[in-house]
Amino acid sequence: MSAATPGDEQPSAPAAPQSGAPATLPVQSWSPGEDVIEVTRTPAPGAARGTWRTFRETVRGMKTTLGRMVEAPTTVQYPEEKTAVYPRFRGRHKLHRFEDSDPTHPSLEKCVGCSLCAAACPADCIRVVAAENTPENRVSAGERYAAVYEINLSRCIFCGYCEVACPFDAITMGHDYELSDYDRADLIFTKEMLLAEPLERTPLRNEGE
Amino acid sequence: MTTPLAQVGFYEAWWVQILKAIVIFAVGLQLVPVVLLAERKVLGRFQARYGPNRVGPYGALQPLADIVKLLTKEQFRPTTSVGVLFAVAPLISILTAVAAFAIIPFGNVQHIFGERVGLYGVDLSIGPLYLFAFGAMAFYGIMLGGWSSGSKYSFLGAMRGAAQLISYEVSQGLALVGVIISAQTLSLTGIVTAQKGMWYLVPQFFGFLIFLTASFAETNRAPFDLTEADAELVGGYNTEYGGGRFASYYFAEYLNVLVVSGIVTTIFLGGWLLPFGIHPPGWVDPFVVLFKMSLITFLFIWVRATLPRLRYDQLMSFGWKVLLPLATLNALVTAVLVVVTH
Repeated sequence: MSAATPGDEQPSAPAAPQSGAPATLPVQSWSPGEDVIEVTRTPAPGAARGTWRTFRETVRGMKTTLGRMVEAPTTVQYPEEKTAVYPRFRGRHKLHRFEDSDPTHPSLEKCVGCSLCAAACPADCIRVVAAENTPENRVSAGERYAAVYEINLSRCIFCGYCEVACPFDAITMGHDYELSDYDRADLIFTKEMLLAEPLERTPLRNEGE
Repeated sequence: MTTPLAQVGFYEAWWVQILKAIVIFAVGLQLVPVVLLAERKVLGRFQARYGPNRVGPYGALQPLADIVKLLTKEQFRPTTSVGVLFAVAPLISILTAVAAFAIIPFGNVQHIFGERVGLYGVDLSIGPLYLFAFGAMAFYGIMLGGWSSGSKYSFLGAMRGAAQLISYEVSQGLALVGVIISAQTLSLTGIVTAQKGMWYLVPQFFGFLIFLTASFAETNRAPFDLTEADAELVGGYNTEYGGGRFASYYFAEYLNVLVVSGIVTTIFLGGWLLPFGIHPPGWVDPFVVLFKMSLITFLFIWVRATLPRLRYDQLMSFGWKVLLPLATLNALVTAVLVVVTH
């Protein structure tokens, strides 16, 4: 395989023998490599042999499909059984709160209303209106908080630039992918919807699955 | 002996014939939705999926849902279509399929309530010829439907159908000649009783293969479904059809599958006979036939799940250059053997 005859490559120089001086062979014979699979082509079969080959190959094909029949279906029964996603799957956004305050009243939001996510968004689907925190009404950890935080999920392209842009990890991409609705207006998610835990958790894919 | 066209093997009282017709078709036509569902389920399994499983338990009501959907749809036709023929063509298809169903024997003559009743629609002395006559007429259903639609896709499908059905009918008929020579009769019940010693599947194995292959083409099933090649012709001859008329075509296709299964069962698999000298009581016969038919129907589905569609020139050269010489050779060899051994 590797030792291709140079005579085939260079019919113009048959006079120079291969075993002679290497200087007379300006071009080394090229080898396609050890891992090349050789395809053997037989001459085209005649009528009888062709018929037999067609029949034999048909039977071989039928055997293959019958073998598939005894295997279990690979279908995921979707509405009942959800497709598992990878941990870094970019689904519906989530807004986050700090976790360390006491459970009697809602903890502080991480979002400080800086609008960097809205600036980074290539689809222009995030709208943030910031307001000042006051000692009576303290919503976030910073000076300001997001009074309005809306994501239009019918425009979102799920690129994840918003979570990259966020300096406080306040917005991340979640795992929800069931985002269809009957009304476009229902796809504009407000801050309360993004802060809330999703009703149903999307199953995660196992390691190596 | 003086009947000009055909003799009927066995006469019954007129009311028995009417009752028999109703029972056979009431049962026979219920088989079509079963085959429809079976095809989708089995095809699903071949492709590692479930098939329909939403309507009813295990999707059992899927054919019913399909039929209701199709029948409640609007009847429409393209402005370029030829009205009368457009409406009549599906009827021809379904009529020929139902007519061919009449000659499949589900059992021998039985004594039911003191009457002697043959478990078949009619036992003709020209059984296979009757089948081919209606097979040739079924071609008008496809041809007229495709042509009168006034659509290019339909027309191409009809043209292909015309050439295909004519080409393969020759091989189909010749493949049966071997059996007919051996059985010395054209009556289908006669052919079944001639298989008492051995089913014709064994001595006529090549005839069986040729007949089966030609039947795939005659019923427009994969891999010979060029008339409705979805990938090239949208839907072929029935592109412009919808609603009840499309349902008729669909129904005729599956009924044709059943008819061919029945004919193969009768001619090559010994009809209602069981091997190893088992002689069950008469009421078992129809179930034996139905079981054998289901095996052949499974083979139809299996082939559909396996083989890719032929190209048109491959179809033609296969039909004329391979199948026809093989069928002729089969008939010739059988004839010589019968003459030599008798």
